Amino acid sequence: MLEAAEVKAIAKLARIQMEPAELPAMVEQLAGILALIEQMNAIDTTDVEPLAHPLELPARRRADVVTERDERTAYQTNAPETREGYFLVPRVIE
Amino acid sequence: MTQWKPVIGLEVHVQLATHSKIFSGSSTAYGAAPNTQASAIDLGLPGVLPVINARAVDMAVLFGLAINATLARRSVFARKNYFYPDLPKGYQISQYELPIVNHGRLLLPRPDGSHKQVRILRAHLEEDAGKSVHDLFPGSSGIDLNRAGTPLLEVVTEPDLESAAEAVQYMRMLHTLVKFIGICDGNMQEGSFRCDANVSVRRIDDTVLGTRTETKNLNSFRFVERAIQYEIARQIEILESGGKIVQETRLYDPDRDETRPMRSKEDAHDYRYFPDPDLLPLLLSEEEIIAAQAILPELPQQREIRYRTEFGLAPDDAAILASEREIAEYFECVTRLTNLPKQAANWITGEVFARLNRDEAAFAPSKVTAESLAALIARVADATISTTMAKQVFDAMWQGEGEPDAIISNRGLRQVTDHREIEALVDAVIAESPEQVAQFRAGKDKVFGYFVGSVMKRSRGKANPQQVNDLILARLRAP
Repeated sequence: MLEAAEVKAIAKLARIQMEPAELPAMVEQLAGILALIEQMNAIDTTDVEPLAHPLELPARRRADVVTERDERTAYQTNAPETREGYFLVPRVIE
Repeated sequence: MTQWKPVIGLEVHVQLATHSKIFSGSSTAYGAAPNTQASAIDLGLPGVLPVINARAVDMAVLFGLAINATLARRSVFARKNYFYPDLPKGYQISQYELPIVNHGRLLLPRPDGSHKQVRILRAHLEEDAGKSVHDLFPGSSGIDLNRAGTPLLEVVTEPDLESAAEAVQYMRMLHTLVKFIGICDGNMQEGSFRCDANVSVRRIDDTVLGTRTETKNLNSFRFVERAIQYEIARQIEILESGGKIVQETRLYDPDRDETRPMRSKEDAHDYRYFPDPDLLPLLLSEEEIIAAQAILPELPQQREIRYRTEFGLAPDDAAILASEREIAEYFECVTRLTNLPKQAANWITGEVFARLNRDEAAFAPSKVTAESLAALIARVADATISTTMAKQVFDAMWQGEGEPDAIISNRGLRQVTDHREIEALVDAVIAESPEQVAQFRAGKDKVFGYFVGSVMKRSRGKANPQQVNDLILARLRAP
């Protein structure tokens, strides 16, 4: 059975903010999804190749050539804060 | 007292020496201004799609062949999910369940001539993250995404290493190998070759592995050694005082020479890998593997053995000449042209390396070409010049003054080998030095140097030293 604590942990990993009041409903909905997956798990897939991608095509490869130009100014117009070419974020201390 | 046995596995991040990134056409050149080499794909902007760099794949294949690994005919890219400011997409594209290189090995030579096998579990292609700068802006961290998307090959060993020294030996060997096959520049200061060390200890008669810690981002051989030594000692101390090892990620601090827990990684262990729907499976054909096999050079370890057995070189010389591809090829070319491997080795490890050290320069075969060095060695071999003269000539060649024959004739360095001419010089010196002759004959061997010196002086350094020696000795010993 899915515990509320697990749902909280999953929310934290996904950086989804959840109010305590939202938790019971989320536990119920996620438990429902897991039940569906359990149902699929019950199917015998011994002879089925694992599927990594629905398209039966190999990856195309590109030549090792530099094709991009410096568009920093354009890309940084979206950023909340930049300085000396860096994107600035609240300090992450190691 | 309990005996403890360290169990060590390494994960080495080998930065592949491509021009462009693994999934985008951005440059990978080091040292550019922040974020000037970060494209929409590297920034993880909506609507972009990654496309794999063919050369990164070729390099992974070449590496797999070099370590006798199995190459996956089909490998799959997966998303490794975690949040950090220098990872714009919120996931790193890596390979998880189906990596491109599986089950290879490196053989570490032991002092007794035997080898220790280090099993390489896997090597997978992945993209690097960006760089966070914490000390430039008060209260903020600066993010530079130039490195984001740089191709890496992460090489993961089985926990086969048993000491810090062995771990360093493995790492050095891997470093030599990836440089030799041309897939990595090996520049550790720039982060092109860095290592995470998984360390645990167990009691010597225990078969169960102990709890391990992972020490991250070790970017020098010395730091790898120190960090592992520290970690082994720390774990033994905890276990002997009845404590337990916590499985955690740690950082090595070279200033304090210690490792300590990395707080940000505390709850990052659940990466929720899944196949990346943006990338199709990577398929390798038999043809391309055969083609890669054909361009795989003879590897340093094999060359080293051949230099010792085929050319009779000393182990140290063989090792250093086989360690870099350009040097090895240069040495082999000089040897081929002169058929004098030992002389070729001496000139390269002696005169060439001394000048490179002096000039703090990297080896470049164009400075004195293999053909020119071979010509010089030939002039010593045919006694046109002495070894001492040859060093003068080599200096001139190093200064760019041209080919040895021209330098020899311009400087009038031709050695006197005419027997009669030398005989005349020797006789003259002996006639002038009755006192020294008497001393020598009375058993004072040291006087011999006086004769050689005087004759060489008279010849202005041009007499063949061997002939001078032989003649003086013959004369002095004559009744």
